[in-house]
Amino acid sequence: MLLISCPNCGSRDETEFHYGGQAHVPYPENPNELNDRQWAEFLFYRDNTKGAFAERWLHSTGCRQWFNMLRDTVTYEIQAVYPMGSPRPEAAGKVTAETGTASLAPDSTTTGTAAPSTTGTSISGTSNTPASTTAPEGATK
Amino acid sequence: MAETAAPATSYEKNLSLRVSPAAQLRADFETGSVRGVVELSEIAFLTMVGLRVNRSSDAGQRVASVTGGLPATCGSVSGTRDTSVLWLGPEEFLVVAPREAHESLGGELIQALRGALGDGAGQVVDLSANRTTFELTGPRARAVLEKGCSLDLHPRSLLAGTALSTEIGNIPVVLWKTGEETFRLFPRASFADFLGRWLLDAMREYASPEVP
Ligand SMILES: [Zn+2]
Repeated sequence: MLLISCPNCGSRDETEFHYGGQAHVPYPENPNELNDRQWAEFLFYRDNTKGAFAERWLHSTGCRQWFNMLRDTVTYEIQAVYPMGSPRPEAAGKVTAETGTASLAPDSTTTGTAAPSTTGTSISGTSNTPASTTAPEGATK
Repeated sequence: MAETAAPATSYEKNLSLRVSPAAQLRADFETGSVRGVVELSEIAFLTMVGLRVNRSSDAGQRVASVTGGLPATCGSVSGTRDTSVLWLGPEEFLVVAPREAHESLGGELIQALRGALGDGAGQVVDLSANRTTFELTGPRARAVLEKGCSLDLHPRSLLAGTALSTEIGNIPVVLWKTGEETFRLFPRASFADFLGRWLLDAMREYASPEVP
């Protein structure tokens, strides 16, 4: 089971969350100008990345807020948690280069006093994820 | 109490017609409670109001002046003596008040909140029938909850006065630690029977003498 650090609530069990698919898929500026194929690709086509993948999550049993997460699809390592609307953090290696702590988020799950910082919160200590596994941003094929 | 006989009777009539979500478990709660160890009861018909408002907006401040503040962070609870406001999300709160605060029993809380919100952006919704309230109390209350809750419930991290929306026994519950050994649980009405029975089952071992 993943322990996911909600930007509002701190770390909670994966069962409290819902997965929202690939992040950074922009709504077409002029949907009426798309042909059926392009529209279908916007709706249904997503990357199938091996490695660091930016995805949306909803803390459905907790604060009911959405957030973005950078997660390695091979190791399940959570590399960053960042707010909706923020750009994807740079290569995962840079984001997690700080220290080798297992979790930077103070465990506010239970005291509820301080929520962990949101932007680019590094959750894992491994900093040598090859940048080459990073998917091109916003690319929906 | 009411000044005239008429409101008193309608008050009693209103209450006598209601069936709480865990009413069918009342006798089981009585027999399943282990006095002085862990006790379970339903506190029926508390007034609950769902609030959605930005705390720092004008409307948020007007609403806060009715409730006695709006909590700022996950886990925190604000409010005055008998009206509490639980943090559910950055702009979402749950007001919990005694049953008498409900308009059907002559209370004015909900109207006051609606008035305070005015035409500001937000929501005031009567959710009194959405959830029921269980009170679990006693030195073993924490041990019972730990069987089905992944939060750290140890008093060093979960302080009295903290309320968290989480999962207990695999169902969504708002858990509010109201005292050192007392918890209030707010399951949705449709989950009340399940959670009541789940708690009774988790409490059962404490009725037997501890095996050394
Ligand atoms: Zn949350």
